[in-house]
Amino acid sequence: MDVKQLRKAAWIIFFVTPGLMIVGVFILLPLFMSLYNSLFSWNQLLPVEFVGLENFSRLFTKYPYQQRFLNALQNNLIWFLSTMVLQNSVGLLFGYLMSRSIPGYQAFKRIFFIPVLFSIIAVGFLWGLYLKPSGLVNNFLGLVGLESLQHAWLGEERFATMAIIMVNIWRWVGFPSLVFLAAIDNVPTECLEAAHLDGVGEWKLFWKIVFPLIIPSITIITVLTVIGSLNVFEQIYTMTGLDGGPNYSTDTIGTLFYRTAFGSVDAGSPEIGIGSAIGVVIYILTFLISLISIRFSRSREVQL
Amino acid sequence: MKRFLLLMLVCTVAVSTLFAAGTTETPVAGSQAKTEIHFWTWRPEDVDFYASQIAIFEAANPDIKVVQTAHKNTEYNTILAAALAGGSGPDVFQGRAYGGLATFADSHYLEPLEQWLPELKNYSPTALLGATSPTDGKIYGSPAVSQTVFMYYNKAIYKELGLSIPKNWAQLIANFDAMKKAGYIPLANGAKDGWTLETMLGGMGPAFYGATDFFTAVVEGKKNFQDPAFIKMIEKMKSLTAYMPDMFMGVSYEDMRANFFNEVAGHLVGGSYEAAYFNAQNPDLDYDVFAIPGEDASKPGPVSVYADMNFAMNAASQKKNAAVKFLKFLSSKDFGNSMIRELKMISSVPGVDASSDPFIARVLELQKNATPFIFLVGFRYQQPTGSSLWQAAAQGVMAGTLTPAQAAKQVQDGIASYYKPFQK
Repeated sequence: MDVKQLRKAAWIIFFVTPGLMIVGVFILLPLFMSLYNSLFSWNQLLPVEFVGLENFSRLFTKYPYQQRFLNALQNNLIWFLSTMVLQNSVGLLFGYLMSRSIPGYQAFKRIFFIPVLFSIIAVGFLWGLYLKPSGLVNNFLGLVGLESLQHAWLGEERFATMAIIMVNIWRWVGFPSLVFLAAIDNVPTECLEAAHLDGVGEWKLFWKIVFPLIIPSITIITVLTVIGSLNVFEQIYTMTGLDGGPNYSTDTIGTLFYRTAFGSVDAGSPEIGIGSAIGVVIYILTFLISLISIRFSRSREVQL
Repeated sequence: MKRFLLLMLVCTVAVSTLFAAGTTETPVAGSQAKTEIHFWTWRPEDVDFYASQIAIFEAANPDIKVVQTAHKNTEYNTILAAALAGGSGPDVFQGRAYGGLATFADSHYLEPLEQWLPELKNYSPTALLGATSPTDGKIYGSPAVSQTVFMYYNKAIYKELGLSIPKNWAQLIANFDAMKKAGYIPLANGAKDGWTLETMLGGMGPAFYGATDFFTAVVEGKKNFQDPAFIKMIEKMKSLTAYMPDMFMGVSYEDMRANFFNEVAGHLVGGSYEAAYFNAQNPDLDYDVFAIPGEDASKPGPVSVYADMNFAMNAASQKKNAAVKFLKFLSSKDFGNSMIRELKMISSVPGVDASSDPFIARVLELQKNATPFIFLVGFRYQQPTGSSLWQAAAQGVMAGTLTPAQAAKQVQDGIASYYKPFQK
């Protein structure tokens, strides 16, 4: 190795080390710590003995862990499906409309993106107020004569999860819109012009030309949606609380993990072993599902 | 040139990061070396009270500075557990009682207090039970207050409608009906926050499930939560939804308290800890409390009582001598009297004169029919705790997604998964 190469290597190390240290200390270390913690039985906040995978088997088979875990996982699935269907298709529609330069699109671009910049905690807190029985939403419904639609949005089991998902979509829809707008703007104009000259309609133009060319962005948004849906926590925490109330109807694996690992004041003491096991399961799920969705979308990409 | 500039930029950033980290580590050197101790509470609403008490303590102990931090009630244990586990916890703090205390004591985060505070032997056994770990029998907290759950009622509305304190359940319902007719919300309680339904159970439950006799029987495993009396109690609780606010499933703890102190609602099932908050929010509010009666007018209504809040010391504290001084202050009669006077809380300090305050005197009178706050005192030591099972099941009942029998089974099955007397 000559001096030049050595210098190059030194520079690479110089630039990579800080990032590597951050990833190591704040991501990899906690990951292995929770794996390590999940292999022990715990007395309150102290590890007692090595029990292998017993915490995992309790999580998957024993009452009440199994029930709570499956219930939470089901809610995460609802989060993923609703976000994919509602948020991302609305985002795609917004992105497409803005790329067609509809009147005022510059203003829309900014308006849609503003909520993305808000703190998630502030959004949760404010919407928590709006969705109260006497809050903004019900008052509005009363004002337009739709009293029959007034509900305790965050207090009724059948509405609570969807209400929180809608708030999250309101907050986040600007992000996919902007990503899709950028992707659509990148579609070469000669392709579109050629299609127009051949008399292709707007509908066909979108599905046959634009859509296949923006699949890389769809992949990114899908992966982010998967990760986001599996890591839902702050929204629940601010709007219905750590217990995922009412009667666990808004519980997700994020809140279940937090509650189990750290305990919930008015309900119970922490169980670090099981909590860490949930943490490890969340990691594995996120990793696997992201991998699958990347593979799936890659296979559908086209190159010009 | 470009490369040089880039290098300079990188160096500047690196150096400034180092220094930024360095300055936060350096302690600020004061003119005189004060011992600084940290004190945590879960009562943001009492920050002013503690600040004034700390001022009194600091005046008597000029070498000690107490820094108070209040955390949101529902997040307190989590934050405290994380801080203690990370070695950065406060020196002195409000600790929970019963199972909440055991979590920290059994993890060796709490300092056993007998040798530091010999005066603990003067406390009542009931108070000490909430501060003792069942694992080793040592005392880990200086008992601060007991709480009592009962019905608050608005005296002005009672006077306006010509109502009197109900002697039995039928009279209570009649009062509710009269209030509803007059346009008031009869009962302020909601069901969005599950734990407030445990409070509701503590208030109206004992008269129906059989108070202390039932408590002793379930703790010993002679009865269980599918007992007809317990199911009947759940039915009675469910029947109260007719008198609760519109869309009560969305009414949170803050909302229900506001309903009561804004005089929109005439009653609230709540703990003795609410009184000071009501006084602060609406000094003109004319209220009193009564024990919720059962069906038999000849029997006085029982009230659920529990030891709440112990002042505890961090076993890893580097400043134990200063911390003990502060603990002794928090266990003093003067402090106890201030708690009674300003917070309207029933101080557990022996020898305090609780009767100096009419509200406290009334609470003490009701405590003659005290019964343990069932899930907290008896079933909050293991997961799933009776409290977490009850809170979720009760939400199901109130919303109509569970029947009282299903809810009772859910609670019973959950506790039976670990509670030996139920497995016989």
